[in-house]
Amino acid sequence: MTDALIHTRLPDRAPPISEAGIIHWARANLFSSVPNTLMTLFSLYALYMLVPPLVNWALINANLAGTDRTGCDANEHGACWTFIKVRFNQIMYGLFYGANPDQIWRPVLAFFSLVGLIIPLFIESFNHKGKLAAFVLIVFPFIAFALIHGGWLGLPIAETSEWGGFLLTFVLASVGIVAALPLGILLALGRRSELPIVRGFSVFFIELWRGTPLITVLFMASVLLPLFFPAGVDFDKVLRALIGITLFQSAYVAEAVRGGLQAIPKGQFEAADALGLSYWKKMLFIVLPQALKISIPGIVNTFIALFKDTSLVSIIGLLDLLNMSQTASQGHEWKGYDTEAYLFAAFIFWIFCFGMSRYSKNLEESLDRGHKN
Amino acid sequence: MAGPKNTVAWHRNPLIRGIIAQAVLIAVVVWGITTIYANTVANMEARGIQIGFDFLSEVAPFGIAFSPFIDFNLGESTYLTVFFIGIQNTIIVSILGIIAATILGFAIGIMRLSPNWFISKIATFYIETFRNIPVLLQMMFWNFAIFLPLLPLPRQSLGGGGFFLNNRGVYLPKPVIENASANTAFWLAIAIGIAAMYILHKIALKRQEQTGKTMPGKLVGFGLLAALVALAAMIFGAPFGFSTPVLGTFNLTGGIEIPLPLFSLWFSLTTYTAAFIAENVRGGIEAVTKGQWEAAGALGLSRSNLLNLVVIPQAMRIIVPPTISQYLNLTKNSSLATAIAYEDIVALWTGTSLNQTGQALIIVAMTVVVYELLSLLTSIALNIYNKRVQLVER
Repeated sequence: MTDALIHTRLPDRAPPISEAGIIHWARANLFSSVPNTLMTLFSLYALYMLVPPLVNWALINANLAGTDRTGCDANEHGACWTFIKVRFNQIMYGLFYGANPDQIWRPVLAFFSLVGLIIPLFIESFNHKGKLAAFVLIVFPFIAFALIHGGWLGLPIAETSEWGGFLLTFVLASVGIVAALPLGILLALGRRSELPIVRGFSVFFIELWRGTPLITVLFMASVLLPLFFPAGVDFDKVLRALIGITLFQSAYVAEAVRGGLQAIPKGQFEAADALGLSYWKKMLFIVLPQALKISIPGIVNTFIALFKDTSLVSIIGLLDLLNMSQTASQGHEWKGYDTEAYLFAAFIFWIFCFGMSRYSKNLEESLDRGHKN
Repeated sequence: MAGPKNTVAWHRNPLIRGIIAQAVLIAVVVWGITTIYANTVANMEARGIQIGFDFLSEVAPFGIAFSPFIDFNLGESTYLTVFFIGIQNTIIVSILGIIAATILGFAIGIMRLSPNWFISKIATFYIETFRNIPVLLQMMFWNFAIFLPLLPLPRQSLGGGGFFLNNRGVYLPKPVIENASANTAFWLAIAIGIAAMYILHKIALKRQEQTGKTMPGKLVGFGLLAALVALAAMIFGAPFGFSTPVLGTFNLTGGIEIPLPLFSLWFSLTTYTAAFIAENVRGGIEAVTKGQWEAAGALGLSRSNLLNLVVIPQAMRIIVPPTISQYLNLTKNSSLATAIAYEDIVALWTGTSLNQTGQALIIVAMTVVVYELLSLLTSIALNIYNKRVQLVER
C-alpha cells in the first residue's frame, strides 16, 4: 500500500505590504490624493507649532512643588499647578470645607454613597430599580443635605452660603434636575392633554421659560422672588437660585418627556382605555413607564446643558466651581495665575459633560436598536 | 326603545371632570398671580418705589461706552434710550456671532467628515472640547486670561494697513462717502445687476424646462454685476473712501472700533456655537443615504451637480432646523455679556438700570418680553422653512 496522499493547506500568505498594516492605512487615510497629502502636511505642521509649546507649559516645565508662589514666580515658562494643589479643597468644596479640611469626608461620603447607589441602576439583572431610584430621588437628597449641612451629632454647621466650588455646582445641577423631573413630567402631560385650558397653560409656561436666557431667570430669582412673598419670608441665596433653576429646567425636561410621549404608539393609549383605566392609572402604569425610558437620553442631554449652565450663578454672586476658581486666583497670594484656575475648572466640567454625553449617546443607540428592529 | 341607562355617576363623567379640573387650575393661577402681585406692590412700596412706567422718561445717570447706531448723551438720554441701546447691542453681537458661527461650524462639520484622518480628528477634538465646557467659562478665559493680558498695548498694536488688534479692541477701516454721485452710481449698478441676474435666472430656467439644455445663468449674471460695478467706478470714480484708524496719544482713533468686550463675546459665542453647528452639519450629511450618492452617480451627474442637486438639498433639510435653534441659543447666550462688561440688554437694563431705579418687576418683564419676541421670531422662521422644504408625499 502506498501512503495516502495527504494534502496539507499552506498557511495564508501575508497580504502585500502596500495593502495592510500601517502603510496601507496611511495611504488610504493620509495620502490618498494630492490635496489630501497637502492637508496632512499642513495638519502636522499646525500640530508641531501648537502641541509642543503647550505640553512644555502644562507638563514639562510646570511647577507643582512648594506651597506658595515663589517657585512659580521663578519659573515663568511653566504652569503653576502649585496654586491648584494648595487651593484644591477650596475650589472643590467651597469656603467652609476649604477652611475645615478635617470635615471634607462629609461631602465626599455623600458623593460616593450617591455613586454607590446609582451603580445598581445600570446593572441589567438588578430587580429593584424602581424602589432604588425612588430612594435616590426622594430620600437621598435629604440625607445628603443633613450630612453636608451638619448641625447634628456634633457635626459643625456648614451654612449653604459657605458651600461652594464643585460641591455647589454639583448640588445645584443634581437638585435642579431631580426637582424639575416631576414638574416637567406634569407639564409634558399637560401639553398633550385634551383639556384646552390645561394644554394652553402648559404651552405658555414651557415656552415662557424656554424663550428666556437662564441669566434673566436667575436675576428674576435673586431680585424678584423676595418681592413675591410677604415681608419677612426670606430665602437664602442658594435656595433662590435653585428655585429659578428648577422652573427653568422643568420646561426643558417637559420637552424631552414630550418627545418620549409622542413616540408611544396610539394603540397603547387605546388599549389602556379599553381596559377602563382612569387617566392617571393609564399614564402611571402604561404610558409613562414606556415614555420615560425613551426620553432618558433627552433628559440626560438637558442635564448636561444644566450642568454647564450652573456656572451662570457666578454672575449673581454664588461661589460655584467657576467663581470659586476665579476668586481663588484674584487674591494677592496667587494673582496672575487665573489661566490655571480657568483650565482646572474647564477640565472638571469637561470630564463630567463628556462622560455624560458619551453615556447618553450609547443609550440612544441601544434604545434605537430596540425600536427599529 | 330607550337605550341602556347611563350608569356613570356624574362625578365620574370625563367631561364634567375636565371642566372641574380646568376651573381649579384657573382659580389656582389667578389666586397665585394676584397674591404675588399684591405682595410685590406692598414690598416695593415699603421700599419707597411706586410700580409704574414713569421712570422710562427719566434721565439715566450713567454713561454708556458702546452704542454705534443710537446716540447716547449723558445727562440728556432717558432710560427708554438705554433700553433700546441694550436691544441694539444684543442684536449686533448676535448677528456678528451667527454669521461667523455658521461659517466656522460648516467648515468644521465638513472637516469632521474628511477622509483625511488628521483633519477629521482635529475637528472631533475641537467639537468635543468646545461644547463640553460652559460658554461662560470660555468667555471669561478668552477675555481675562488670554486677550487682556496677552494682546499688546495700543502703541504696539498688531496688524497694519488699517486693520489693528490690541488689548482695547479691534480697529477696522470705515467706508465713508466722499463722492455722492459715484456712490449713487455704485448702488444703482448693484440694483441693475441684481435685477439682470434675476431675469437671466428666469430665462435659464425656462430654457431648461423647454429644451433640457442648461445655461450658465449664474455665472453670466455675476459677470454682468461685476462689469456694471466696475463701469460705474470707472466713469464716476471710487464709490467710497476709507477712514483708517490712526494711532493717537493713548489709543487708535478713526475707523470702526470694536471694543475688546464685544470682540471677546463674539469670539467665544462663535467658537462655542460652531461646535454645535458642526455636529448638525455632520449629522445632516451623514443622513443622506449611500444609495442617494450612488443613484446620482449612476445617472452620470458631475461631482458638483451631485452635491448641488442631490446631496446638499437633502442634507440642508436636516441641518437647518437645529441650526436655527442654535442661532437662538447664541442670542440667549449673548446675555452672559454682563460678565465681561459688554453692554447688552441684560447688563444695561436688568443690571445697571434695575440697580438705579429699583423697578425690578417692570424691568425684568421688559427683558423677558424682548427675548420672547426674539424666540418667537426664530420659531416663525423655523416654521416657514419647514413648510417650504416639507417632503411632498404622493
